[in-house]
Amino acid sequence: MLDDFMTRATLAGVGTALAAAPLGCFVVWRRMAYFGDATAHAAILGVALSLAFSMPIFVGAMIVALVMAAAVTLLTGRGYAMDTLLGVMAHSALAFGLVAVSFLSGVRIDLMAYLFGDILSVSHVDLAVIWGGALLVVALVAWRWSALLTATLNPDLARAAGIEPRREQLILTLALAVVVAVAIKVVGVLLITAMLIVPAATARPFARTPEAMAAFAVALAMVAAWIGLQTSYQFDTPTGPTIVCVVAVMFAVSSIASTLRRVG
Amino acid sequence: MTDPLVKISGLSVRYGSNTVLDHVDFRIDRGEIVTIVGPNGSGKSTLLRAVIGGISPSEGRITHAAGLRIGYVPQKLVLDPTLPMTVARFLSLPRRASAARIADALDRAGVPGLQTRQMAALSGGQFQRALLARALLDSPDLLILDEATAGLDQPGAAAFYRRIEEVRSETGCAVLMVSHDLHVVMSASDRVICLNGHVCCEGTPQVVAEAPVYRALFGEGTQGTLALYQHHHDHDHGPHAKPAEEAH
Repeated sequence: MLDDFMTRATLAGVGTALAAAPLGCFVVWRRMAYFGDATAHAAILGVALSLAFSMPIFVGAMIVALVMAAAVTLLTGRGYAMDTLLGVMAHSALAFGLVAVSFLSGVRIDLMAYLFGDILSVSHVDLAVIWGGALLVVALVAWRWSALLTATLNPDLARAAGIEPRREQLILTLALAVVVAVAIKVVGVLLITAMLIVPAATARPFARTPEAMAAFAVALAMVAAWIGLQTSYQFDTPTGPTIVCVVAVMFAVSSIASTLRRVG
Repeated sequence: MTDPLVKISGLSVRYGSNTVLDHVDFRIDRGEIVTIVGPNGSGKSTLLRAVIGGISPSEGRITHAAGLRIGYVPQKLVLDPTLPMTVARFLSLPRRASAARIADALDRAGVPGLQTRQMAALSGGQFQRALLARALLDSPDLLILDEATAGLDQPGAAAFYRRIEEVRSETGCAVLMVSHDLHVVMSASDRVICLNGHVCCEGTPQVVAEAPVYRALFGEGTQGTLALYQHHHDHDHGPHAKPAEEAH
C-alpha cells in the first residue's frame, strides 16, 4: 500500500500536520512566529551541510535548527530587540545556506525542493522519519502540556508552582527544531511557519479551551494537507504551496465566520 | 518560636551596575500578614520574586520551610487573546483539580459559579478573584500578592483585602503582599516593611506610619494615604533613622 506515491504523500502531509499544529498553538500563544521562521530558514544551511558531508538531510537540518534556536535564546536581551535579532539571524542563515548550496559541485540539487517542499517524492525512509519525528513532538508536547501552558500564561506563576519557565522554553525550542526538520520534505523551509501558525489561528475562534484549540488545529491541518494534495494533483500545482493555500483559505473563512457571529 | 516560612538574610540583587536590593533581611512566620510598601523601583516586586524563588541572588541566602506551599497572585496577568481559557481550566493549571475543589476555591475567593466563563470575558475584579481562587486551590501556607488590586477601584480593592483577611482567618495561611493602597493594606497588616532598595523601617502599621523615614518617603499625611504619589524617591538617611521594631 505504501508503494503508491500518493499514499506516501498523503501520509507525509498528515504526519507533518500532526506535529506542526499543536506546537503551532504555542507559537501563536507565545508570539513566537518569527522565531519559527528563523529556525526554519536556518535549516537550508543544514541542508547544504548535509549534502556536503553526505549526511541525511533530516540530521543536518535539525542540528542547524537547534544551533539557531540556541543562538537566538542566548543573544536575546543583549541590546537588540527580539524581532531585529530574529530578522538578522533568519535571513543571514537563509543567505548563507543558499550560498553554501551553490558551492556544492557534482551534486545536482533541486533547490526549489528544499525551499518549497517536494512531498510527491517522499520515500519510505522519509515517511519513517516524518512519523517518528511527529510522534516524538506529540509525545513531548503532551507530556509537558500543563507545564508549558502555565509557563506560557506567566513565568512567575509557573515558578510559584515549581515549574522552571526556561526549561519549558527549551522543550518548545527542541520540538520546533524537530518539526522544521520533519516538514522540510513536505512544505519546504519557506512555508513551515505557515503550517505552524495558520491552522492554530484558524482554530482559535471556535475553541473554548487550549486543548480544544490544539485538537481542532490538528484536524484542520490534516484535512488541509489532504485537500491540498488532491488539488495539486488535479491542477498540477506545486504541492507544498497548495497545502498552505488551503489552510490560508480556511483561515479566511474562519475569520469571516467569527466576525459575522460576533456582529450578528 | 517556630521556624519561619521564609527567611532571607543579607539579600542583594544587582542587574549589571544597578543595585535593586541591598542587604535585605526578611522573614515571615505562619499566619502573619506582612505588607511591603515603598516607592516605584524600590525593589518590592524583586523581593517578592526572590521569596518565590524566581531570582538568583547576587548575595545572601533565601531559606524556605520544608514543604512550603506558595499561592501566588501576580501583579498583572496579560492573557494573550489567542489563548482560549475557561476559569475552570485556568484553575486546573498546572495540576488538574476536581470540580469540587474548583467550586470551593471560587467560593472562598468570593466569586462562585464562574467556572465556564472565559478568562478574557471577566471584569477586572472578577479576574483578580479568579487569580486568588487559583492561588488558594492548593491550600497554601503562604499567599503572595503582588499589587493584586492595581486595576481595581477603591471599594473593589477594600473588598478584596477584606476577603484576604477572611481567608487568613479561615485557613491560617500567611500573607505577603505589595500594594499601593497604603491605608487599606496597612490596616489589614500585622507588620509593614518599608522598602527602598533596603529596609528603611519595619514594624506594626502604627510604628511604621509614625516613623520619620516612612514620612520622608510618603509625606506627612495621615497614615501617608494621600501623599502617595507625591513622595520623593531620592532620600538620604542613615542607620540612625531605623526604628525597626523587632518582629515578634
